Amino acid sequence: MTRPTDTALPGKGMPAIPASKRWLEAVPWLLALGTYAAAPQYAPLLTQIFVMILFAMSLDLLVGYTGIVTLGHAAQFGTGAYVAGILAARGWITDPTMTAVIAMVAAGCIGLFFGSLMLRTKGLAFLMLSVASGMFLYEIANKATGITGGDDGLQGVVFSPLLGLWEFDFRGTTAFFYSFVMLFLTFIFLRRVVNSPFGWSLRGLRENDLRMSAIGCHNYRRRLTAYTIASTLAGLAGAVQAQCTGFVALNSLSFELSGAVLIMLILGGSGRLYGAMFGVPIYMFAQDYLAKRDPTNWFLWQGIILLILVLFARGGVLSLAERGFHACCRRRPG
Amino acid sequence: MSELPVLEARELNKAFGPIAVTRNVNMSLMRGERRALIGPNGAGKTTFVNLLSGRLRPTTGNVFLNGIDVSRADEATRSKLGIGRTFQITSLFPALTAHENIFLALAESAGFGMHILRSARSYGSLHDRADELLEKVGLLGAAATSVQQFPYGQQRLIEIAVALALEPKVLLLDEPAAGIPTSERDLILDIVKALPSDIAVLLIDHDMDLVFRFAQRITVLVQGAILVEGSPAEIAADQSVRDVYLGERS
Amino acid sequence: MSSTLINILFFGLSYGMILYMTSVGLSITMGLMGFVNLAHGVFAMLGGYATVTLMNSLGVPFFPALLAACIMVTVLGFVLERLLYRRLYGATELDQVLFSMALIFISVAIARIFWGPLAQPIALPKYLHGHIDLIGATIPTYRLFLLVFGSVVAAALWLGFDRTLFGARVRAAVEDHAMAEAVGINTDRLFALTFGLGTGLAALGGGLGAEILAISPGYPLQYIIFFLIVVAVGGLGSIKGPLYASLIIGLADTATKYIMPEAGMIFVFAFVFLLLRWRPQGIVSRRKG
Repeated sequence: MTRPTDTALPGKGMPAIPASKRWLEAVPWLLALGTYAAAPQYAPLLTQIFVMILFAMSLDLLVGYTGIVTLGHAAQFGTGAYVAGILAARGWITDPTMTAVIAMVAAGCIGLFFGSLMLRTKGLAFLMLSVASGMFLYEIANKATGITGGDDGLQGVVFSPLLGLWEFDFRGTTAFFYSFVMLFLTFIFLRRVVNSPFGWSLRGLRENDLRMSAIGCHNYRRRLTAYTIASTLAGLAGAVQAQCTGFVALNSLSFELSGAVLIMLILGGSGRLYGAMFGVPIYMFAQDYLAKRDPTNWFLWQGIILLILVLFARGGVLSLAERGFHACCRRRPG
Repeated sequence: MSELPVLEARELNKAFGPIAVTRNVNMSLMRGERRALIGPNGAGKTTFVNLLSGRLRPTTGNVFLNGIDVSRADEATRSKLGIGRTFQITSLFPALTAHENIFLALAESAGFGMHILRSARSYGSLHDRADELLEKVGLLGAAATSVQQFPYGQQRLIEIAVALALEPKVLLLDEPAAGIPTSERDLILDIVKALPSDIAVLLIDHDMDLVFRFAQRITVLVQGAILVEGSPAEIAADQSVRDVYLGERS
Repeated sequence: MSSTLINILFFGLSYGMILYMTSVGLSITMGLMGFVNLAHGVFAMLGGYATVTLMNSLGVPFFPALLAACIMVTVLGFVLERLLYRRLYGATELDQVLFSMALIFISVAIARIFWGPLAQPIALPKYLHGHIDLIGATIPTYRLFLLVFGSVVAAALWLGFDRTLFGARVRAAVEDHAMAEAVGINTDRLFALTFGLGTGLAALGGGLGAEILAISPGYPLQYIIFFLIVVAVGGLGSIKGPLYASLIIGLADTATKYIMPEAGMIFVFAFVFLLLRWRPQGIVSRRKG
């Protein structure tokens, strides 16, 4: 029996990146480091972008891979941010790695809790509950002013030096490298997850959940696992945000943030992990440019961009680039 | 010594509100048996299959798999215990390749679905097995094509391969030849006939030619209840069956 | 104590009626077309703006303004359905969510451009200003009026849904699309009509409830959770479900505000989570499993 070789069988490898193009994977990372080297004064902005990419990537596991459309992912992001922030603000634990781990556990538990309440519903009911999960925590954080600072946010949070070596400095150098490394680790982890049998089964759930249960998958448990993993990573994003800025805004639990991160992900392209890397910076630069002059403007543009994405450019920027790339390739002789 | 049936339905009833769709159905499938289930439209054949596979729970009555009561078990559990099925309307993972479709079934039945950190590519024996199954249905050459690009008839074959990947003890085929041009039906029949001889197969179809060439025994379902059960020759000669089918035609 | 109770009852139920009118259209269109229209609140907001503008700028009296707003929004809903919504009926849930978010953002921007960022005050007619003494409590006439009006609308909807040919068609289509088409129901036209009707009702709720749910550009986002709760708790494609859900939510929210204002929406959310854990399909569901 003749078996096709691995290269002739892209079905075996998920992402359609041929071996000869593997170097492309290093490009975004080198680009990020290069930008910093060229303009270190932008470190805080880059840090902010890394945090949001991390957050959007965790959402991609749900939206892009599992097909769970949630409008409440900020519930877990905010939980991570507040847990890390409160631990440090109270002086209980100020070590960045320790607080990050605890924040992740807390966000994972919150995800497990809400997920177990939500994931038996579908469609509109699930969307509503996802919105409610975020608003529920938002209300609590808003009212518990003694602990969270309420509307003013949690201010002046100071963490001890990273690994006892590097202090979070004013220029944001430590924050930059810290968030960069965290993002990189998350990416490596998520890439493993989506390429594992578990990750494949998530795509199976996205494609056809009735078939999944007919081949023996307990869909609810599988989804809940995905939801908890994504929640844990969203919590990490929140914790890194709190550590790098020394501040936790009430906004970090908001419905607006949940919506924004979804748009960032879709803008780049969901279901491919790389989408977040492109969508987040584009969104943030566009927001900076358009909202500075007039917030009304920003609403309008966001609406128009979304409309175009849905009606004409499904798959986001990456998908467009890919199509363009293929069109070019085909035109080349040979 | 009498052998235990692989799959047994005992006094199975299902009602949707006031409407009884399955009435007092008793049926036993023996190991390796080739059984066909026929009946006019709306006889409740698919509902019956759904009761066996666990998609639906019976209102009253029980389903036994190798003597174990699985009436309360859900579809995923029953699948793990050895009930494989295809659907009347093809049910696959459209955007995934043929190979991936089968790999998923293999991974789930092997219990690897929760392996989170190991690369799916490293499960060599499962990939070999997936290719074997694809070869069995004659589609190995197109393993890397996403299933939505296959013609409908070939999708049905992939679905059979997916069900076989579960190494079921019982295979429920809900109209495997529906929507397939007559010329290609023989291919389906060949594949179904060539199924491992220890698997019990329950086949539903409207194509009498196909049914009579396939089945050792035939069960006729009318209005949710069993009208008669017997060998193909007995069924062909049965007056009540003729009445039902003639009645439908007029 | 008993006057508090009566207050909660009247404020809660009248608030529930507003929620009902603004949301019931969403329930029907959701059940009928399976379209996750997060932008339903946009139509309520536009109804509110139209009412207020007609009254304040053109001096149209309250009820004629309300009626005109209702008609305008119905037409707008009908047109949008034909031009945009229908393109996405077969689309994924994600696309529908993003599409309706886009409509929300655009409408928020438009509202800000035309009416500015602040809430629009509504000048209710004099006869709705006063109070009425009722079994030991003083109830604002406006609230009583909402309660009566809402009940009439609910009854009319129920009759229309249950007793007319149009209603029968909608029910048939909610339960089984293909079957409805097979028996000769033009589902395409039915969708457009129902969608228009649903948006018109939302506009009515928006205009009537301007005193309770303030008309500002943030309206579709600010109250989105209420509309979604009513529909999800009530059950898709039903007339009665959303009514029960609206009244329960209205009462629960009002009661918390009276008794434990610091709890905000926390109890309502907790209640909703538990209820849907118990009945994932909502209180009443017409759609098949």
